[in-house]
Amino acid sequence: MAAMSEMRHLLDNEPVVVTAGVEVLTEALEAQSVQVRRTDWKPPPPGTETALATLAAAPAVAEANEIAISRMLECRPHLVGVARAGEVVPGLDDATFLHAGPPLDWESASGPMRGALIGAMVYEALAGTPEEAAARLAAGEIQLSPCHHHQAAGPMAGVISPSMPVLVVEDPEPHRTAYSTLNEGLGKVLRYGAYAPEVIERLRWMERVLGPVLDDALQRTGPVDLRSLIAQALQMGDDGHNRNRAGTSLLLRALGAALVDSDAAPATDRSAVYGFIDSNDHFMLNVVMAVGKLTTDAASGVPNSSLVTAMARNGTEFGIRLSGTGDEWFTAPAPIVDGLFLGSFTAADANPDIGDSAITETIGLGGFAMAAAPAIVGFVGGSAAGAVQRTLAMYEITMAEHPAFQIPILESRGTPTGIDAMLVVRTGVKPQINTGVAGKEPGVGMVGAGLVEAPIECFVDAVKALAGRTIR
Amino acid sequence: MIDSVEIRPGAYYDSVRLMQASQALQLVPDVEDALVAMGTDLNRELAMDMGFDPGSIGHAGPNDLLVAIRAVDEKAAAAAIQVLESTLAARTEPGAGVFAAPPAHVIGSVAAGANLALISVPGEHAFVEAMDALRHDLSVMVFSDNMPVEQEVVLKKEAERLGLLVMGPDCGTAIVNGVGLGFANVTQPGPVGIVGAAGTGIQQLCCLLDAAGVGVRNALGTGSRDLSVEVGGSSTLRGLEALDADPSTEVLIVVSKPPSPEVAAKVEAAAADCSTPTVLAFLGEEGVTLEGAVGQTLDLAGKPPPVYASWPAVAGDHRPGYLRGLFSGGSLRSEAAVIASGLGMIGHDEHAGGHTLVDFGSDRYTLGRAHPMIDQRLRLQHLEEAAFDPAAGVILLDVVLGHGAHPDPASELAPVIDIARAEGPAVVVSLCGTTDDPQDRERQARLLNEAGASVWLSNAAAARHAVSLTEDGRHE
Repeated sequence: MAAMSEMRHLLDNEPVVVTAGVEVLTEALEAQSVQVRRTDWKPPPPGTETALATLAAAPAVAEANEIAISRMLECRPHLVGVARAGEVVPGLDDATFLHAGPPLDWESASGPMRGALIGAMVYEALAGTPEEAAARLAAGEIQLSPCHHHQAAGPMAGVISPSMPVLVVEDPEPHRTAYSTLNEGLGKVLRYGAYAPEVIERLRWMERVLGPVLDDALQRTGPVDLRSLIAQALQMGDDGHNRNRAGTSLLLRALGAALVDSDAAPATDRSAVYGFIDSNDHFMLNVVMAVGKLTTDAASGVPNSSLVTAMARNGTEFGIRLSGTGDEWFTAPAPIVDGLFLGSFTAADANPDIGDSAITETIGLGGFAMAAAPAIVGFVGGSAAGAVQRTLAMYEITMAEHPAFQIPILESRGTPTGIDAMLVVRTGVKPQINTGVAGKEPGVGMVGAGLVEAPIECFVDAVKALAGRTIR
Repeated sequence: MIDSVEIRPGAYYDSVRLMQASQALQLVPDVEDALVAMGTDLNRELAMDMGFDPGSIGHAGPNDLLVAIRAVDEKAAAAAIQVLESTLAARTEPGAGVFAAPPAHVIGSVAAGANLALISVPGEHAFVEAMDALRHDLSVMVFSDNMPVEQEVVLKKEAERLGLLVMGPDCGTAIVNGVGLGFANVTQPGPVGIVGAAGTGIQQLCCLLDAAGVGVRNALGTGSRDLSVEVGGSSTLRGLEALDADPSTEVLIVVSKPPSPEVAAKVEAAAADCSTPTVLAFLGEEGVTLEGAVGQTLDLAGKPPPVYASWPAVAGDHRPGYLRGLFSGGSLRSEAAVIASGLGMIGHDEHAGGHTLVDFGSDRYTLGRAHPMIDQRLRLQHLEEAAFDPAAGVILLDVVLGHGAHPDPASELAPVIDIARAEGPAVVVSLCGTTDDPQDRERQARLLNEAGASVWLSNAAAARHAVSLTEDGRHE
């Protein structure tokens, strides 16, 4: 009988004991020279006991998590093309703009979010001046909807308007698609809330030249295997969120020949496209975000699963979603990023955390893969040793180690992947996010970069809601 | 000779690891040649130069893993694939310093390689940690009390399903393969196995058996409610089954307070089915004592019962009055109650008046407070109150030694016993310990004895002495 052999296993072997709780009992074991693995157990937030017990008791939760995490790990994203957002993104009609994070309205939008929405109005020629744009937005002429509700993800303000070109990322089997904008580079850019004429001009060039030239190149290279490309980028020092230099280079290398060997656009345009990507180390970020969205969508909608499928900020609120709670958002005020500031900017100039880019952490990259990116630990306020420790800490709140995304310095251990909201609540270990910092005034742009921790309240609320839905 | 070529799309590994893998495969017996590499032009060419079929290699891309094996037969090829999987999955354990794992916070995080979890977090949190342990293939001892009984039922059902054992909740004592968990006395491993819903009951059995020169290798605690109707004796039955199957166990003891009749029937039937002789001690039933159970066990083991150690008090007066028992162990209290039943009504709490036997280790005294075997303050306070209570004639105390217990209980008790003796009541101590316990049993006995207490290794003997003092009020 199987049961018996297991119990014999207990009685036949030297006990190796994991302990949680009273220290004197652990010491008594050590006094007997027993192998002990102690935990630094701390009580979870008050009021979560019942929800955690309900979820722990339900076999359906463990089973659902198995399904959800395997879908996440099995996702095979490929970059297949670039298309006009309005033509491919579901639900993005001419009177709708998408934005980062959980739902919000104009009233509650922060400075950089308002700036980006104003810029998009001007870019789409829906307003002649920023003032007119603000008035029309305030009047509710444009429907605002989260990128996350439209198979899309956008960095910082994450505004996607219908004319913008978007990356198309697909998993062939089962067939899924996700979208993200093309990265504009650093400095004064729409995603940080800038809407000066040069910002609008760049967006138009991206629509007219960058998008079509890239799409042409992709049609001739065929789908680019992004799982493999990201795996290689991690080996080359990227984290996939704040460092994308290797990934950008690898992507450009994959597209180089097709960009050169083309008659779809003049050589000057093709050269400009090459130069634009080459000069922007973050070009790959948006690609990784589309991968993140594709991957988390694959893992969404598994009833009873406590897998986190979105962490996103709209500049006002931080929100998360779980696989088992469908489209519901669990939100808390967006925290202020702890980081380094550019030039004379200080924390006082910083907007609260903003952007869908935490989708990278949601799939085990970014702050979770910090140990892979020693080159940027100074930029995000830490030491290389601290970066390794931060990654190691994330293993405790994740369900799996990614089979393809590996960290060389950790003996090629897979990245900590698939945040379990129950483990976040039980351990008090908060997901850590590498991120840029937007100025709080519209039009200012990026003021710094750093680390931010996801607010625990979101996870507490999510776990309670999941427990409420779980069949006992 | 067979050629096996496999292409794994999108499986990226660095070239060093792949060279290691190729090398490992070539060392597999009956493997003639092997190549594990990304499907670049160069590597595909290499594979073709090695004689592998171009048709099966041709469609590999630079992001696909190409695995080509030439082996004597299918079996060798399959062995090579196994070696490949383990080589690709292998990673060196990170060492100390920068790569040391940060502190773990929950049981599941450090479960790999362990076989048992000891959980002593507050009761309302214990279920989640215990379930986590089971799901990570660990048996569990739940020291915590105050866990809702519905949770205990779920926990034990899950353990049954997974082939694991749950000891507890409210399991104060266990010995697994000679290792004491929670409150446990130091005994030599030996032929006796115990399954018990009674923590200090197990400790008393171990100490008396030790005094008789008989060791205990396993004492599986089950938690105080295991033999209730709701729980149905799950852990008791599983523990019995496991120890019966253990070849080193020659005599079994089941110790518990009296179970509900239907559960008692199940346990009795299971005991009768055991091929190992089994002593049942349902403490609280008339005439059932721990001392008696040890006597039966020694009989089955073919050993004579010893004379248990005692340290009699120096002769002196004590005032007449009621018996006041201040216990830290529930089973020790129960055994004393059986022996004192001739005195008539015996109260359970300190306010009852008349004869009282109070268990300061029960849930209502431990909520938000450490167990009296660790923190004696509450009991010391009641001891002092009893000293000045003119109705108290005889004070009966237990002092439990062993792992987990207070490091020097007598040094705190002796001054208060001294006061009590000066005030009038007699003091009788049941000293539950072995000569190998870390507290130094002889020294503990001497300190208590010098303060004026009569000290007994057998709790039953201590209780009999206390009852006799109470009954006849004779001068000691």
